[in-house]
Amino acid sequence: MEVSRHWRLKKQRYALQGEVCPHCSVKIFPPRDICPDCGLDARTPFQFSGRGEVYSFTTVRDAPEGHSEQVPYTVALVRLEEGPLVTAQLTDLDQQDVEIGLPVEMVTRKLRSDGERGMLVYGYKFRPLLRPAA
Amino acid sequence: MSNNTPTDPTQDVFIAAVSLVKVGEHWDTSLRELANHAIHHVLIEANGLRPQALYIANAFAPILSRQTQLGALVADFSGLRGIEASTVEAAGASGGMAVRQAYLAVASGTCDTALVVGVEKITDKIGPSMLAALSSAADSDHEAPHGITPAAQAALLMRRYLHEHEAPADALAGFSITAHANAVSNPNAIFRRALSAKAYSKAAMVCDPLTIMDAAPSVDGAAAVLLARGHVLPTAPDLPRVRIVGSAASTTALALHDQPDLLTLTAAKQSADLAYAQCGLSAKDIDLFELHDQFSIYSVLELEAAGFAEAGHGWELARDGEIGLEDRIPITTFGGSKARGDPGGATGVYQVAEVTLQLQGRAGDNQVPDAKIGMAQCLASAGATACTHILQRT
Ligand SMILES: [Zn+2]
Repeated sequence: MEVSRHWRLKKQRYALQGEVCPHCSVKIFPPRDICPDCGLDARTPFQFSGRGEVYSFTTVRDAPEGHSEQVPYTVALVRLEEGPLVTAQLTDLDQQDVEIGLPVEMVTRKLRSDGERGMLVYGYKFRPLLRPAA
Repeated sequence: MSNNTPTDPTQDVFIAAVSLVKVGEHWDTSLRELANHAIHHVLIEANGLRPQALYIANAFAPILSRQTQLGALVADFSGLRGIEASTVEAAGASGGMAVRQAYLAVASGTCDTALVVGVEKITDKIGPSMLAALSSAADSDHEAPHGITPAAQAALLMRRYLHEHEAPADALAGFSITAHANAVSNPNAIFRRALSAKAYSKAAMVCDPLTIMDAAPSVDGAAAVLLARGHVLPTAPDLPRVRIVGSAASTTALALHDQPDLLTLTAAKQSADLAYAQCGLSAKDIDLFELHDQFSIYSVLELEAAGFAEAGHGWELARDGEIGLEDRIPITTFGGSKARGDPGGATGVYQVAEVTLQLQGRAGDNQVPDAKIGMAQCLASAGATACTHILQRT
């Protein structure tokens, strides 16, 4: 994979930095500079909390190049608490059953690796929210 | 001028000839040979009518065969050197989009004839590299780095659909069973065997809850359709004429997470609505519907998007026996992607050719009785591009 391509995406990938629309206040992730709701310019950076819940999920057993060493892995659509959906892997699941509605939080992990000489790509995954003791 | 020539030029586009190559693993046949095979046979059926432009529907040759410029390659290899030719690429919707481009060329009056050949050579690569190519239709910045595949996208939709609509785990079984039943008598299908409910329920998991029996095989294929204006067609044709009365395309975001409503295929709905509006028809007028069942959940969502069922109720059409050849709305009448096979960007050309065979009464054991109006709709990935054509026997 291309070094510059991953460098461009580092703020969103490492820190879940998106945008907020100054016109209609909708929160945007991944950043896209044009508000998907009102169509106006939206370049104001916005830091997402990283908390959300599982909206849907599945387990991948046949992986594309770059992901073979991870199989099986769980991919989810996570509904961030600020509104947007995001595609990401779930991690640190241990024996926990995943279900729709499971509270999760963002962590940074290795996303893919391109062979022995290739680069490693890091970015967001989500793990079950560690519940405070009752 | 022939009889029945409409006055509106956009309504004067006919399917003059079709050809289909058996879908499968063509180890001994190259990309250009597959395309040539389809072109050779469509020109025989065209009986002297020559194409003035060539549109190649292909999605994966640049990645899987490291070949661009298929227009010139295929034209030259097929004996059409010199013709205007280029590729139309919209991933899984390439076929429909190429037919659409040919339709626009003919409808505009620029050409009297335009040839579409859909061709895909998938089986030269296997395993992770093939899967990476097929996954390139997803968002490469925001989905692919997380290991998403076409099956994973469909599984995410399927789980959410079953959850929101409280549908049973085997809600989609009838779609794959119907597709397989129809492929038994299709000589161009890869899987010519029936599928039982029991076999469906025991199928191997691919991406839970989606099993191998919810997924179409991605394989090689080629099909061709020749479009022509009415005045160049024979005045006393051997077969009923088939006219394109609706043609439309629409797009939405590539990524699932960017969809305004995950369980509504907005591009499919918009392209169907535009095609209906063009000919003043609606879902109740359609005698058969070749939809893009690359995964069974897409059959459900397309039936809902095209107005054959309310949101959340599309799966019931299979349960209630409404999608067979003699039922209310026959779908995947030659086996669809599930059992005919899914030749990537060529799929949409197969669909239009199959609808034409139905409307001309040439479908053999797959014939939908007295089919007059048929619709074909193909999708790219989870519906980011959708193209809909409505064909009518005249
Ligand atoms: Zn806005």
